[in-house]
Amino acid sequence: MGEMEELRKEADNLKDQITEARKVVQDTTLQEAVAGTTLVGRVQLKTRKTLRGHLAKIYAMHWGTDTNCSKLCVSASQDGKLIVWDTLTTNKVNAIPLKSSWVMTCAYAPSGNMVACGGLDNMCSIYNLKGKDGNVKVMRELAAHTGYLSCCRFLNDSEIITSSGDCTCILWDIETGTEKTIFAGHLGDCMSLAVSPDFKMFISGACDFTAKLWDIREATCRQTFSGHESDINAIGFFPNGNAVITGSDDATCKLYDLRADQELITYQDSGIMCGVTSLAASLSGRLLLAGYDDFNVNIWDMLKAERVGVLAGHDNRVSCIGVSSDGMACCTGSWDSFLKIWN
Amino acid sequence: MYFYSLTDNAGVINMDELTDVDKAKMERDQKKIEVKLERWMTSKCCTEFMEAVQAGVEEDTLVKGIAEDKNPFKELKGGCVVC
Repeated sequence: MGEMEELRKEADNLKDQITEARKVVQDTTLQEAVAGTTLVGRVQLKTRKTLRGHLAKIYAMHWGTDTNCSKLCVSASQDGKLIVWDTLTTNKVNAIPLKSSWVMTCAYAPSGNMVACGGLDNMCSIYNLKGKDGNVKVMRELAAHTGYLSCCRFLNDSEIITSSGDCTCILWDIETGTEKTIFAGHLGDCMSLAVSPDFKMFISGACDFTAKLWDIREATCRQTFSGHESDINAIGFFPNGNAVITGSDDATCKLYDLRADQELITYQDSGIMCGVTSLAASLSGRLLLAGYDDFNVNIWDMLKAERVGVLAGHDNRVSCIGVSSDGMACCTGSWDSFLKIWN
Repeated sequence: MYFYSLTDNAGVINMDELTDVDKAKMERDQKKIEVKLERWMTSKCCTEFMEAVQAGVEEDTLVKGIAEDKNPFKELKGGCVVC
């Protein structure tokens, strides 16, 4: 037997063992477990603010988390700008012109001191918002990926994690501008990443239809979750960090529990046939807000896996969604160039 | 050959440069790690999941709603906003 065949056989054998081990612990389904709970009441959110200013498709947005900026958010558009918004007043706190307009992602540092973005330039650019003269300047350009930057998330002011179309994720040292750790293993473009609430792990979703859980300091892949039938475009942690939510081109979202190492439930409806572009969980995790290619956001009861609301208001694809860190509002960004704040 | 972590002055991993055998080895080695995982019963996970959700739901604005006068995003009618 050739080396390839042997390796494939070994891997398939191990995969079968994993499938068995997962079955052994499956003594109930979430559907059975929640049979006695009541569906959450119909959720009707209203647009409270519309953030106008971008001149082209919005590809990403991210809320600030620090108490000083819990009502601030940053958005990235292919008009070549990053805008930091005060969502209460709709004022633009910063409008940052980018070298490359082909931006696909942006992130707000937990401290509120920096923002980052990247896209088809294969780089992650870090901007210091608190420079001495008040001007926002590029602080670092992190270059090493050989494919587009699909997502980036700060761990702190000196470390950031990026995911790329080159199938890898990288942990960077912002100060030196170099790679600390390269996380390889996905067999398709990495489309999205999310950091665990305790900052020890992160998850990545990719075009190989799997999600992977990585230990940041050990630099290993702990778990791999399958089940989706197409690219995973969006990924997030359940608020307590014990479960992972994914959104895919197969028109479904899935909830995977980290301790059971398997899917607990799928959020799907025969009436929904378009891909999921983005997702966010409400503060308690009761609601899952997911943006779809059909311009809508569907709101799901995460326990009962039924749709309990819709956010309709954009005139084009909803490309990004986020819930503020205090849970008070959700923000949607769209190819129609607007962001909307809802609650 | 291990590609999971390179520290300090790391070279770039170009997935295009990895041979099929390299990728198959990575996959096999990864499954060797994953097969050893200790897994919880799904009943325990479901119970914890439900409890976590119920615990936070009362404070969850998007679920419970918010009174107009308490909503920080309410329409600003008249007045000035000093930034």
